[in-house]
Amino acid sequence: MVFKVIKMALEISKVLNREIEDILKKYPNKDAALLPILHLLQKEFGYIKKEVMEWAANRLELPYSKVKGVATFYTMYNKKPVGKYHLQVCRNISCSLRGSEDVLKSIKEHLSMEVGDTNDKFTLSTVECLGSCGTGPVMQINDDYYEELTPESVKKILDALK
Amino acid sequence: MKMVKILTDKINTPDYHTIDVYLKEGGYSTIEKAIEMGQEKVIAELKTSNLRGRGGAGFPTGMKWSFITNQAFPRYLTVNADEGEPGTFKDRLIMTKNPHLLIEGIILTCLTLEIETAYIYIRGEFVKEAQILEAAIAEAYEKGLLGDDVKNTGKKVALFVHRGAGAYVCGEETALINSLEGKKGQPRLKPPFPAVVGLFNKPTIVNNVETIANIPFIIKNGGQAFADVGVERNGGTRLVGVSGHIKKPGVYELPMGFPLDKVIYDIAGGILDDKKLKAVIPGGSSTPVLKPNEIKDLPMDYDSIAKAGSQLGSAGVIVISEGTCMVNLLATLEKFYAHESCGQCTPCREGVPWVRDLVVRIENGEGRPGDIDKILDICDNMEGTTICPLATAAAWPAQSFIKQFRNEFEAHINQHKCPFN
Repeated sequence: MVFKVIKMALEISKVLNREIEDILKKYPNKDAALLPILHLLQKEFGYIKKEVMEWAANRLELPYSKVKGVATFYTMYNKKPVGKYHLQVCRNISCSLRGSEDVLKSIKEHLSMEVGDTNDKFTLSTVECLGSCGTGPVMQINDDYYEELTPESVKKILDALK
Repeated sequence: MKMVKILTDKINTPDYHTIDVYLKEGGYSTIEKAIEMGQEKVIAELKTSNLRGRGGAGFPTGMKWSFITNQAFPRYLTVNADEGEPGTFKDRLIMTKNPHLLIEGIILTCLTLEIETAYIYIRGEFVKEAQILEAAIAEAYEKGLLGDDVKNTGKKVALFVHRGAGAYVCGEETALINSLEGKKGQPRLKPPFPAVVGLFNKPTIVNNVETIANIPFIIKNGGQAFADVGVERNGGTRLVGVSGHIKKPGVYELPMGFPLDKVIYDIAGGILDDKKLKAVIPGGSSTPVLKPNEIKDLPMDYDSIAKAGSQLGSAGVIVISEGTCMVNLLATLEKFYAHESCGQCTPCREGVPWVRDLVVRIENGEGRPGDIDKILDICDNMEGTTICPLATAAAWPAQSFIKQFRNEFEAHINQHKCPFN
């Protein structure tokens, strides 16, 4: 007899398990819960590592390839570890008209970082339209929007982040 | 022109996003009326109202609804809150300031179309907005407005929020459906249309947030009252978002047909730093750019803007002042579209990055003679050749920027540099 041994490399807490159960109740099939569950696991583990995708695939009885395809299709799932604060600066049209390039330059100089870099505290990314064009330039830090940024105001915002 | 506000008239009332205040102000009073009217009457009123989809395409909502009435059960409602078109930030206003109006509209839609489950598909970045909606939905369940027995009518309506995860293409209705099903957000071929084969392969209505938020007014006041607010074939108001080089950026609720130049100069305070206007993108980044002489007295309704050579789209007005390099601006847009192509169709997957590379090359002063015509040739092969309109959305800005500002593209190539730097 062949036993399929599934190595569960992830520790999923009871609370997290309950949240996953609640998500599953929203949909008529398990597949549909993949996006919200990946969001939840990313919040817990910081990024979507291989073990996260394997766990989600097992839990939802999906092929690993499908989970990986989904996780890599969407930009919000981090494929690498990110800093405590993920700085995401909008570079699209309305923000750029209001000076997002200068804001980005100010961030880069202030933190001595380039786009794509991660240090102990920050990850610096540029993103496409955040849907807040009337208050540009806009940056999202983790879940929060910071709006009407200037090269000066952004330094104060960064300094205030512990 | 009647300056009526349908969606935002009470949003400055303190705590209007809470159910107690919303109920006190007369909210959720249309449910019994909609049930009494029944499906046929509600859809007839919708057709009279001239309500057209607020996501961008402007399809008549009453007609869309009529496609599902003889379809099988269960049926689903999916509310498109993906709000991703650059220059568009109107649905965010409804969701944060008037979430119960949206929920009331959803309940009315579900009751009319015999739908028992609805999902709000909200873009993943809108974490706070999703939380506000979740809180409002919980309040509505608690008051018996959602759930197994809506307002003691014996009807069921369940409503859930589903967050996307960062993909512009999911604003397209079939990509949105795939994304809601836990798949990559790649658009589906149509037909079959969602009203026949949609979410979980069941008949599905997909409507934009702003579209649904207009339903309570139509039920309460009748289709004619809504039609009277706008102009011919374009009923109601429009949430116009103004961004870019403008003194007072923001979302303004204006009657359909309000002149575009007055939006810029009277409503939004005029051009930033009192510069001269150079160009206007009238309906989100995909819509063709217009010059100042083309927006004079131009009514903001679907038909008038189409006649002027552009689209009303999502009514995200992007204002561009003198001194802006249009090649640089187009490079910004084409980088975006190239990033967001889902990769399914060759003209889009290959064409948009190619256009991007050529525009970037021109902007960097490395453009070659023939590059401009090459861009137009590629665009010609992108427009209308793909499953969804993303390739067309990328082609329109390139085509219109070149048509309107070809001399700037030529100057970059001839001078081997950006003349604006």
